[in-house]
Amino acid sequence: MNINRYVINAISVILLLAAVQAPAQGELEILIDTGIEDPLSIAIVPFGWQGAPDAQPADLHVTIANDLARSGRFSTMDEEDMPQKPTGYGQVNFKDWQLLQMENLVIGNLAQTPAGGFEIEFRLLDVYKGSQLVGFRIAATQKQLRQTAHRISDIIFEKLIGIRGAFNTRIAYITVRKNAEGEELHTLQIADADGFNPRTLLEAKEPLLSPAWSPDGRHLAYVSFEERGSSVFLQDIRTGQREKVASHDGINSAPSFSPDGRRLALTLSKEGDPEIFVLHLSGNSLQRITRNRAIDTEPNWSPDGKKLAFTSDRGGSPQIYEVDLRGGKPKRLTFDGPYFARPRYSPDGRGLTLVHGNNGIYRIGYLDLQNQYLSILTNNRLDESPSFSPNGSMIIYATAGRDGSELAAVSADGSVHQRLALQDGEVREPAWGPFPVQ
Amino acid sequence: MIARIFLILFLGALLGACGTTPKKSGDVAVEDRSTAIDADIDTDTPDTGEGAQSFGMEDAETATLSQLEDPANLLSVRIIYFDYDSNAILPQFNEAIQAHASFLQANPGIAMTLEGHADERGSREYNLALGERRALAVEKQLVILGAAPAQIRTVSYGEERPAADGHDQEAWALNRRVEFVY
Repeated sequence: MNINRYVINAISVILLLAAVQAPAQGELEILIDTGIEDPLSIAIVPFGWQGAPDAQPADLHVTIANDLARSGRFSTMDEEDMPQKPTGYGQVNFKDWQLLQMENLVIGNLAQTPAGGFEIEFRLLDVYKGSQLVGFRIAATQKQLRQTAHRISDIIFEKLIGIRGAFNTRIAYITVRKNAEGEELHTLQIADADGFNPRTLLEAKEPLLSPAWSPDGRHLAYVSFEERGSSVFLQDIRTGQREKVASHDGINSAPSFSPDGRRLALTLSKEGDPEIFVLHLSGNSLQRITRNRAIDTEPNWSPDGKKLAFTSDRGGSPQIYEVDLRGGKPKRLTFDGPYFARPRYSPDGRGLTLVHGNNGIYRIGYLDLQNQYLSILTNNRLDESPSFSPNGSMIIYATAGRDGSELAAVSADGSVHQRLALQDGEVREPAWGPFPVQ
Repeated sequence: MIARIFLILFLGALLGACGTTPKKSGDVAVEDRSTAIDADIDTDTPDTGEGAQSFGMEDAETATLSQLEDPANLLSVRIIYFDYDSNAILPQFNEAIQAHASFLQANPGIAMTLEGHADERGSREYNLALGERRALAVEKQLVILGAAPAQIRTVSYGEERPAADGHDQEAWALNRRVEFVY
């Protein structure tokens, strides 16, 4: 019952969003499959605006409501169901909201400053206690208004859920489209975590693969096949400047930044078979990490910077291993299945998300490193490329859809499921970016 | 038929090896060898009579190419397929690999690329490694059978360049492959 009501609410939020701000072609549309069983109820009242109605630069409440609904942890109220639309604390009639069993209320104002900028003030109210939980005033330029809405969502999320919000973050991904001649066009794109503001960083006729964020969010490393075979490139997101950092004989792939941003773990097969190396970005020196005739690939840096998790078939089938960078033998982490690949540490370092394959079915799993317990989080046929949100609450991944690869997300506990569909073409290889640098 | 062509190819390779001193590509020795092979398989490739008289590089290239393009020739097998997560060469492709090895041995001036591919299942990076492993397995076999390592380049595209677009067993079987690109 709760879920039904919730889903209807979620869909109406999306419809509302579509009506107010029709997504440009190429934008990701986010649909929520299932949320948690007992989401928190919240009403985001339209913010007050003193200027001409048609001059209002943004519908902040729509962006905030959409963010919160998308997390799967909130049930948001439709605008037409609201008993009143207060913009100031003194106008709120808590009784009216209590009758509707609305637990939380957000009110606010958007105003233009004499200098031409904007000022946003908002309050999060506890309806049953009749009190303010948090209130902020934020200055923004017109361009920063959407971002400001995401920051407000972050604040609300953290106050009510107790986890830092990750709405004001970005995702990188690869799209593939076919032109009229049937030629493929591959692009590397980044967008806001809600799919808005997609920007193309690179277009290529040859495949692109494995985008990886630098910890400061300024660079992406990725694999390109533009030079016949794979090479690893580093690209400055702001300037577009790109640098080839690995182009040896054989495979050059699977880049992963160290937490300090100074090193890149990658896979090179220049010595005959795929091995994990660490590339020191200043000075370009290479350090070989694995020594084994099997496939060793997909390294990922532990958040404390001390270890690498990677995929290897040294035991006869692909499994996840962990190696201490100070030396020592790699330790096998997965046992319970014939196929494990593509490990990514959770931001707290306590677990790994990975691809688990069995009987031709590939799903996203989470391995708890404290107790070795494996949970399978998804229920599809062909899932790949899981990537944690920086707050650890969601995992974005690619899955086989009706028209090829599309993106989906699942909460780290497996309870919330979302689909992120691109209007045309395939979208794959998602990588969730870091928190913005303050 | 196939066995005969194979024998002729093999003889051609022998003739080539005996009849000339090995030299680098682009010189007369290479042309001689090609024309010798073409003369032997005259019935299969009627155009090669001319080649036997001419020593121009262009004609030699044409002759070699015609051999590669003859659909009845085992060299026309340019794709071999693999089992899931495996780089073991399946016995049905041994003959074709032998033909390519002999051809490369007989034509040391010719270089080719082995492109390794995987199906879409599992992780893309692991599949990139798997594609390379398949290409290297074929390279190893070609070298054992007489090709020179310098004639062969390997490149892996993993699952990024599927031959078949579907998402079923049939498509996957067509995508787990190594392509011989001359």
